[in-house]
Amino acid sequence: MKYIDEYRDGKVALDIAEKIRDTVKPEKNYHFMEFCGGHTHAIFRYGITDLLPANVQMIHGPGCPVCILPISRIDAAIALANEHQVILCSYGDTMRVPGSQRRSLLNAKAQGADIRMVYSCVDALTIAIKNPSRQVVFFAIGFETTTPATALIILQAKRQQVSNFSVFCNHVLTPPAITAILESPEAREMGVLPIDGFIGPAHVSVVIGSRPFDHFAQTYQKPVVIAGFEPLDLLQAILMLIRQVNQGKACVENEFIRAVTAQGNLKAQRLMADVFELRAEFEWRGLGLVPDSGLKIKSQFSDFDAEKKFTLSPSTGRDHKACECPKILRGVKKPTDCKLFAAQCTPDNPLGACMVSSEGACAAYYSYGRYQKQSNDERLNAFKEQVKNG
Amino acid sequence: MCLAIPVKVEKVLDEDLAIVDLGGVKKQISIALIDDLKEGDYLILHVGYALCKIDPIEAQKTLALFNEMRVQSEAMQLGQGE
Amino acid sequence: MDKKTAHRAFRQAVDFKNGSVEMAHGAGGKAMTQLIEQLFISRFDNPILKQQNDQACVDIGTTKIVMATDSHVITPLFFPGGNIGSLAVHGTINDVVMSGATPLYLSCAFIIEEGYPLSELIKIVDAMALAAKQAGVKIVTGDTKVVEKGNADGVYITTTGIGVVTDGIERGADKVKAGDKIIISGTLGDHGVAIMSLRENLTFTTTLESDSQSLDSLVNAMVTQIPEINCMRDPTRGGLAAALNEIARQARLGMQLYETAIPIKEQVRAACEFLGLDPLYVANEGKLIAFCPADKAEQLLAVMRAHPQGKDAAIIGQVFADPNHFVQLQSSFGGMRMVDWIGGEQLPRIC
Repeated sequence: MKYIDEYRDGKVALDIAEKIRDTVKPEKNYHFMEFCGGHTHAIFRYGITDLLPANVQMIHGPGCPVCILPISRIDAAIALANEHQVILCSYGDTMRVPGSQRRSLLNAKAQGADIRMVYSCVDALTIAIKNPSRQVVFFAIGFETTTPATALIILQAKRQQVSNFSVFCNHVLTPPAITAILESPEAREMGVLPIDGFIGPAHVSVVIGSRPFDHFAQTYQKPVVIAGFEPLDLLQAILMLIRQVNQGKACVENEFIRAVTAQGNLKAQRLMADVFELRAEFEWRGLGLVPDSGLKIKSQFSDFDAEKKFTLSPSTGRDHKACECPKILRGVKKPTDCKLFAAQCTPDNPLGACMVSSEGACAAYYSYGRYQKQSNDERLNAFKEQVKNG
Repeated sequence: MCLAIPVKVEKVLDEDLAIVDLGGVKKQISIALIDDLKEGDYLILHVGYALCKIDPIEAQKTLALFNEMRVQSEAMQLGQGE
Repeated sequence: MDKKTAHRAFRQAVDFKNGSVEMAHGAGGKAMTQLIEQLFISRFDNPILKQQNDQACVDIGTTKIVMATDSHVITPLFFPGGNIGSLAVHGTINDVVMSGATPLYLSCAFIIEEGYPLSELIKIVDAMALAAKQAGVKIVTGDTKVVEKGNADGVYITTTGIGVVTDGIERGADKVKAGDKIIISGTLGDHGVAIMSLRENLTFTTTLESDSQSLDSLVNAMVTQIPEINCMRDPTRGGLAAALNEIARQARLGMQLYETAIPIKEQVRAACEFLGLDPLYVANEGKLIAFCPADKAEQLLAVMRAHPQGKDAAIIGQVFADPNHFVQLQSSFGGMRMVDWIGGEQLPRIC
């Protein structure tokens, strides 16, 4: 498959891994955060960690819009289906997120709520058109990658006057989340952030461009390399970060040049600005209240705003006391540092944000990283032998 | 975030819709966020919407970069001389 | 291996007091196995059932009889490559032949929704007749029920099959040994992707067809030439991943797979990319996994590849001693990862 296979070439991966080994300063420790959940997934799926030298550590960031959904928003979605009898349409990822009493959309569906999984918001609008006597609500989640789609569907619903359709908007923004990490309590207390650089998100950058990340590089003096989604992109970006750190540089580099430009997709940005505006603050599971980080639907589209159409009572659900997600999301603790990890908290029974989606740090670590018999070097050598012998 | 995949435009239906192909699997998607699209172009697709065109020249440059680095890196090693 | 990451299959007992049945209980994954163990096996309580193979091998006098049953509730009822009828016949025949037995007779029970067109029903029945004939199996008894409109999604079919073991060898998960090679008979994920393409809200077009077929001919070729085969299973719901995890648990052994060796069609890969699915968890209906001693593996592979139903066969991994019974995969990059036993159905993702 073009633009996929050539970026997953195992032999080239070994080459880049060699370069990384040659470039790191042996006495230095490098900590890089990949912000994007998709990058976390790729790191584990391809065993990128196994290819890195021991002094290069990847810290898994909060860039998973599913993981950061607070309990109250899940409860509200379930309430829409149960109390307000709507057809609730949701992406697959959101179906397993636990709300209060660990009840998820999937559980609610089992209990009789009309909750349907969709691949795209277009499918949700189609359901609304096919069921004119029912209210249909689309449970919108996602960063800037997914927001333009929701903007378009609201505009389409208005144009086609689909009055029984509305959107429950939970879209969030990337730059404020990165700020929240950089301004974390640990950073303020210690005066030092345990992160040397960032792997910038691939597809968010397609939409917003690379320019918004200049601010982070300049203000916090941390290099940012925007990386494509494939494993070779990631390895290359890690190499570029190591180089910058060695040279004491802190600028934004774009590895994903085949899709990301400095300004991004202006049409998409305009559409988002037409339909959405900032909430004063939005709760992120694991990060708490983050100012100017969430979007709500503008008043001229309030007919399509589920929060205006339906009265949603606030829920008081709280995360498990022993859950270490807040520290894990900020890169200060590892999944194995959490008492609940792999005990009460597993992908089948997630208690916190990081275990909820397959890209959360804990879920990715549980599935991919938790059992390692050989050391990185042994495994790398064994693979090289295999490749040599064809 | 955001599982987005590179797909090839097989047929532009109108200014908002196109049929795309990935590995022989075809799907109808929205191209409302893209201007000046033609058959044979490659797009990044996410939840049924195309987000941008893939620039084939930049893509080639990236692949060349993965391989080019080898020579540069060896030169650097010699330079460091540790 | 620290306690924290030690493997325990079921973390919580099934809540029989307040819980309810969920779709996950039918998805072929861990939740289903748990329900089977903690309810059906626990209550029905006998050593044959406890073996947990897809078929039961029982001694009646000096003859070994194999019995298997399957319910089919698939929607849509008609799909590229077959329909619920052909699926129902192939599926149960396959369960019988996985033991190495020769399939002989089937029963079939129909639950039909009021209002279902007879013109469609006849197509389903014709497909069943053809499938049975091709496998040399007779449908000898059955049942017919009609339920009110709104139930049964058109038609539900349950088939039960019996066969005889002719070589006297009992095969099953408990016979798998460390060192055995794992062989797959062909490409993975074809059926699941063909079905998904027809589902509402997941529309995409593909030329893929379901791989639904009776494997009696292939299995016969395999066991007559390599009787040393220890176990065979067809990876249906839950895909290869579910089947291997079940066997690993039953055999109390670990497994290692090689990603680059696993045969998957390009269209299946592409469809999985579209939806964010892992092909290892996608259903198959005409494939089998075989476990055989390492010294016979190449020979078995040649036998399978010489047969039209096994032309894409490949050795995809190996069994080894592992107290955790993990199924692991060596990725195309050389890194190891777990092929986890997921609770329920794999869901498409956007992230």
